[in-house]
Amino acid sequence: MNKALLGLVLGGVLGVFDGLTAWFTPAVRAQMVGIVIGSTVKGLVAGVLIGYFARKVKSLPLGIVFGLAVGLLLAYAVAAMPDPSGHHYYWEIMLPGGIVGTIIGYATQRFGQPAHTAAR
Amino acid sequence: MNRWLSDSAVERLRAAADSPDLAGTRYRLIDKLGQGGMGGVFRVEDTALDRQVALKVITVGDRESDWPARLLQEARVIAKLEHPGIVPVHDAGALADGRPFYTMKLVQGKRLDEHIATIPGLSDRLRIFQRICDAVAFAHAHGVLHRDLKPGNVMVGPFGEVLVMDWGLSKLVGTSSGPATGQGAEAPVAEIVGPGTAHGSVFGTPGYMAPEQTRGETSVDERADIYSLGAVLQFLLADASPSPIPRALAAVRRQATAADPADRYPSVQELADDVAHFLDGLAVSAYPEGPLARAWRWIVRNRAWILLLLAYMVTRALLIFFRPR
Repeated sequence: MNKALLGLVLGGVLGVFDGLTAWFTPAVRAQMVGIVIGSTVKGLVAGVLIGYFARKVKSLPLGIVFGLAVGLLLAYAVAAMPDPSGHHYYWEIMLPGGIVGTIIGYATQRFGQPAHTAAR
Repeated sequence: MNRWLSDSAVERLRAAADSPDLAGTRYRLIDKLGQGGMGGVFRVEDTALDRQVALKVITVGDRESDWPARLLQEARVIAKLEHPGIVPVHDAGALADGRPFYTMKLVQGKRLDEHIATIPGLSDRLRIFQRICDAVAFAHAHGVLHRDLKPGNVMVGPFGEVLVMDWGLSKLVGTSSGPATGQGAEAPVAEIVGPGTAHGSVFGTPGYMAPEQTRGETSVDERADIYSLGAVLQFLLADASPSPIPRALAAVRRQATAADPADRYPSVQELADDVAHFLDGLAVSAYPEGPLARAWRWIVRNRAWILLLLAYMVTRALLIFFRPR
């Protein structure tokens, strides 16, 4: 599996899981479907970006920092959108989003075929 | 004699007598690199190719023994073994005085026993060991036993290259005894073959020789080299950090140096595989582990994953139970 695909799969799986945890927040349970879809898309986008970065840059520290940055940035974009009551969930979205980005950054640097091998 | 010549003059004369007369060859003597049991090794300039090479020639006075034949046999054996871990032979011939010689790549490095202090880490030492195993496994695959593996016969180059040297005691598997000949000739089991190499009725170096070699048995096989590799591994493990040595690795060393050849690894490749597995955090065949040890090894191997996932789960749990109001 190449690094971009690994990032995509991992981002998708973690995105779904991340979205499902919204069930523990009663105030947003009614919007579960939208949250899971949004979280999955966010995970997929983060996974592709971080996986592509891992194909270009072979450095574990840089991969983790890039993953954290992408995770936080995308999570911020989502958190910046208020719920119907006008409430923002910055902590609830950005903190796990950053960790998910870090996990993908770590995984894509450690695992997955590098670009030249994958191209064969 | 000392009434007319000083000690230093005598020493100079002796050195001059030892120096090979390279007249009639394309080589020009530069200096002496070392002295082995079978002969001396000199740094020479290959005037045809304008490069420095190492020239090995038997010592003056040894011409009546069978060493001239052995030197050429050694050259032929090494020439067969084209491998990055084995010094390539460039040329072979005879000097004006009839002594045979061969030239090989000049390795600008340090012997492993001298170099080891600069490599404190266990994993780096094990990677060197893997490279030694690669070269020896290659030789075995071509039917050649080394029979004198020891840290002093391994060179580590300036770019990290690892070269197994001194194949003077090598033997072709399938021949009845003695150094590799290619003709299966029987050789006497009584030679002096290098510094630190045993005199008398055995081939090899005490401390690195397999018990069957020590007993002077003539039917040694690949497992004698495996024993020596185990002894080299023991040398590499000494003073390595971390300390103490992990049990799995100690078990690898024990199996390689088992007194009975039947209890050793059947091939160098399997020994090298176990070392590779250890480096990768996988189970090694020499160390049967219980479920707890297996679980702990899995945790250690996947600790980064586990820590990241734990961090995620803890963050999620904290956000659920201590939700900001």
